[in-house]
Amino acid sequence: MKLKSVKKPAFPWFGMDIGGTLVKLVYFEPKDITAEEEQEEVESLKSIRRYLTSNVAYGKTGVRDVHLELRELSMCGRTGTLHFIRFPTAAMHRFIQMGRDKNFSSLHTTLCATGGGAYKFESDFRTTADLELVKLDELDCLIHGLLYVDSVGFNGHPECYYFENPSDTQACVKQPCSLAHPFPMLLVNIGSGVSVLAVYSKDNYKRVTGTSLGGGTFLGLCCLLTGCETFEEALEMASKGDSTKVDKLVRDIYGGDYQRFGLQGSAVASSFGHMMSKERRDSISREDLARATLVTITNNIGSIARMCAVNEKIERVVFVGNFLRINTVSTKLLAYAMDFWSKGQLRALFLEHEGYFGAVGALLELLKASEDP
Amino acid sequence: MATYVEAVRGSHSMDKSITLPPDEIFRNLENAKRFAIDIGGSLTKLAYYSTVQHKVAKVRSFDHAAKVSFQQESDGEPLYEISVQEEITARLHFIKFENTYIETCLDFIKDHLVNTETKVIKATGGGAYKFKDLIEKKLKLKVDKEDEMSCLIKGCNFVLKNIPHEVFVYAKHGDSEFRFQNTHPDIFPYLLVNIGSGVSIVKVEAEDRFERIGGSSIGGGTFWGLGALLTKTKRFDELLQLASRGQHTSVDMLVKDIYGGAYGCLGLTGDLIASSFGKSATAEKEFSKEDMAKSLLHMISNDIGQLACLYARLHNLSRVYFGGFFIRGHPVTMHTITYSINYFTKGEVQALFLRHEGYLGAIGAFLKGAEEDNPNQYCWGENYAGSSGLLSVSPELNPMQRERSGTFDMLEMDRLERQLVNLPLLQDSSSYIPDTVDLTEDTLAREYWLCCFEEALDGVVKRAIASQKDQPEAAERAEKFRQKYRDKLQTLRHQPFAYGSLTVRSLLDTREHCLNEFNFPDPYSKIKQKENDLALKSYQRVLKTLEELSWEQRQIALVRGLLAGNVFDWGAKAVSDVLESDPEFGFEKAKQQLQERPWLVDTYNQWIERLKGPPHKCALFFVDNSGMDIILGVFPFVRELLSRGTEVVLASNSGPALNDVTNGELQILTERIAAMDPAIQASLSEDRLTLVQSGSSSPCLDLSRLDKVLATVVRERGTDLVVIEGMGRAIHTNYYAALSCESLKLAVIKNSWLADRLGGKIFSVVFKYEVPSIIQGHH
Repeated sequence: MKLKSVKKPAFPWFGMDIGGTLVKLVYFEPKDITAEEEQEEVESLKSIRRYLTSNVAYGKTGVRDVHLELRELSMCGRTGTLHFIRFPTAAMHRFIQMGRDKNFSSLHTTLCATGGGAYKFESDFRTTADLELVKLDELDCLIHGLLYVDSVGFNGHPECYYFENPSDTQACVKQPCSLAHPFPMLLVNIGSGVSVLAVYSKDNYKRVTGTSLGGGTFLGLCCLLTGCETFEEALEMASKGDSTKVDKLVRDIYGGDYQRFGLQGSAVASSFGHMMSKERRDSISREDLARATLVTITNNIGSIARMCAVNEKIERVVFVGNFLRINTVSTKLLAYAMDFWSKGQLRALFLEHEGYFGAVGALLELLKASEDP
Repeated sequence: MATYVEAVRGSHSMDKSITLPPDEIFRNLENAKRFAIDIGGSLTKLAYYSTVQHKVAKVRSFDHAAKVSFQQESDGEPLYEISVQEEITARLHFIKFENTYIETCLDFIKDHLVNTETKVIKATGGGAYKFKDLIEKKLKLKVDKEDEMSCLIKGCNFVLKNIPHEVFVYAKHGDSEFRFQNTHPDIFPYLLVNIGSGVSIVKVEAEDRFERIGGSSIGGGTFWGLGALLTKTKRFDELLQLASRGQHTSVDMLVKDIYGGAYGCLGLTGDLIASSFGKSATAEKEFSKEDMAKSLLHMISNDIGQLACLYARLHNLSRVYFGGFFIRGHPVTMHTITYSINYFTKGEVQALFLRHEGYLGAIGAFLKGAEEDNPNQYCWGENYAGSSGLLSVSPELNPMQRERSGTFDMLEMDRLERQLVNLPLLQDSSSYIPDTVDLTEDTLAREYWLCCFEEALDGVVKRAIASQKDQPEAAERAEKFRQKYRDKLQTLRHQPFAYGSLTVRSLLDTREHCLNEFNFPDPYSKIKQKENDLALKSYQRVLKTLEELSWEQRQIALVRGLLAGNVFDWGAKAVSDVLESDPEFGFEKAKQQLQERPWLVDTYNQWIERLKGPPHKCALFFVDNSGMDIILGVFPFVRELLSRGTEVVLASNSGPALNDVTNGELQILTERIAAMDPAIQASLSEDRLTLVQSGSSSPCLDLSRLDKVLATVVRERGTDLVVIEGMGRAIHTNYYAALSCESLKLAVIKNSWLADRLGGKIFSVVFKYEVPSIIQGHH
């Protein structure tokens, strides 16, 4: 479906990214509404605005990440706040029903969506809520959204950060930085699965590889191993656990470093390797298992990212995706892995709006149509 | 008669009790020296070196023979004597057994070990230090630890160099599961991905130059450990079995689960796994053990495959071998790794596996201890009689295997007397495949040949006994031979891939190995002797007849003579039946049996045209049978070539096989012929006729494993014609071999099944004269 060339798209302005596990929704709330405008505003539009901006939780599982909202943002000639909302993909059908109940289709707005769910749920949107989706490529949206958010900054602060002294747990500190010269960059998007992109400019990129060992694997395994139910719960447990009770380290095999190959004794030789023994299986806690799962998945992503960076000859590695949300164990581990294994050649960079760039990119597509002649 | 050792120790008596029949396992311990041991997580591999005394048949010319010139021998007196001598050769033994038997085995070794020179045992593997005290106490040998990785690489280099068909590609849904690869003359560089509890990725550039370029902590230990947690299944094998029954799609989130279909613009198919275990993040559903195990297996295999590809690409390597306990003959993991490699490299890199992967560490450790014996300076060959071969990896298909798993697996390698190299005249040595039919893939042919060899077994046993009439226990030994070879055939019926690709050649070679094993070094020696005697008597008559013919008539007569001689083949049942029943069957009768022209394959006219042109510089002639074949067929033909000014190199077997003429016999025969025939005498003294040994003891011919001297002679003489004679050398093998010079392949098909396959009848003639296309271009 082609976007209509109008001056400005009709409100409400949404961008949506329907992933395998989470739906990410960005909503632009105009703060410069004139009295005249407000009078003309139809009731359903008002109700949507009020519902989204006066709540921080929607239903049982929807969440607005208030700490991420971008204030006094100027978009397409309007000023307002960009809100960041997420809910599980499993709740997608309820969301569509809500769209029908709130009579969303009467607003004649365009709903721009990306992610696999844009394809999967397209017909549900049409048949249940009488809504036509504009489907957008998820990698285009990701890159455009990322560059945009970085360029507007995070309410006066930089969007991007890295870790100083990543190899020293005591001295390791988060430092803001700028992505002023972002290209080329290796972009590692960790959602349910992982995509690795080599990005040379805004519109020139390629998907280098991907792995199925991603955030979904962490959560899926944690649920099976510990009986936990949510990402937050899993991370909470992981933060208290000790993975060395689960993993077999180099020193467990060689008594110390394996000097012939320059492997440190503390390096993991076999993830879950101790679990081959029944006695060990009986002596570990759920927290240890959660931690080991987290460390295993994170190290593996780090390792693949590093190999790709070397193969593609790119020194800047940017990690995004919702796996990194409230997950300092992983961000620090990735920073360490990039630094240590590349002997300081590679730098890991992170962004505050971890998983929302696809949704932002989708919103930009909506607004872009109006700017084109 | 075997003494059985019953060892019951400690509380785990059920596990540890085992009987060791010394005839079959830990053979030759009394001559053993230089021990090495590789103790892994569950299996122990023991290696030692022994010297094997076995009988070889030697021929020796009688002293008076040289003095006789044109006179015939008086009747009844053979022209050479046959003696059986003891010869000592070196053998490497490798035995694999479960760690639970280690104590029993050490006791057994202690009881049987005679040699006291041995002071040290080389040890490697994760379990080496755990059992160090036990080994030192039991064997009174000092344990000398060797680095695991260097042993692995050393062992890997060794098998890659010495064992043909060591390497295979795994194809679950192929015509045959295993596709064996040619031995590559240059094995370096390669990548070895060792999947133990973790993964090590090693780049090997030369015999002693290798580097661990990477690795991963997600390996076999992860599959085992995480699998045990998820499924409450303790054993690795059981986990694999669970996995092979499971469905990963209920646990994994696929691309189509996210997209509703494929993600077309990135070329990601709907069935691709987007997130391993992505569907298990719910408390609402129970997942089956099988499905979780399968998902885990895919996750780990894909991850390893991806890393291997990234490293292969980074270092620009295309040969990637996979090993470690995660792989070790398990079809499930070989399949998933192969799949992963294909996916990530889009087919550019093939996942390669090794038949003796489990032995690499032990072989390497052994080699480290044996450096003063210079084992790497020799060539070694797999002894089919003493090696278990690759186990069937689908146990449900083969009930025989279950008996053996959990007990002992063996590999024996014999030191070859010489260095073996490629024939320099092969058009492309890396793509050369000696064998014409791969019986691993061709089921019908396999069935036929296995039956054929089984049916011929009675005859071979009879012949073996007859060859040692003076030895009363020969019958008993022959019976043992029968049993052994029949077992091998049985094994091959179930596991055609046991020793690499199954071919008629390997069936023949296995038979020779088994005969040797029971001290029947040359069952046909007396027959050969008699037939040589007989044929020599006709030599001059045949020459005379030929000389009376016109040039054109003579050429066809020479070829027909060559073919008629080739009928005399005791290896062919159709012929041996005739020869057994009709002792009068002679050269003339053989000629009558031959097919009339046009032959089944007939390029005789081109050959004649060629002969009208300039002579060849030098012809290399791979000869076949004793008796009529060599004396009345080959020699007159060779004589004609010599008369044209072509030098001739006669290549014959180094050791006996059926009634094929051996180098030792041929030397005596040539002397005798020279004594009768001045032309041959002159060629010999002018060094225009040379005898070399092929390096082989097979009725077939592998042009990639020939005596180094032969290769040198061929090169020095500027050989421009290769003649290969006989069914074994020109049909079963080399029928499609492409040479860089002119070649003549000729044989009589003495087997009706094979003749039928080729579209002819028994005693059909193949006369295949070929000119390589490059040379053709110049004409």
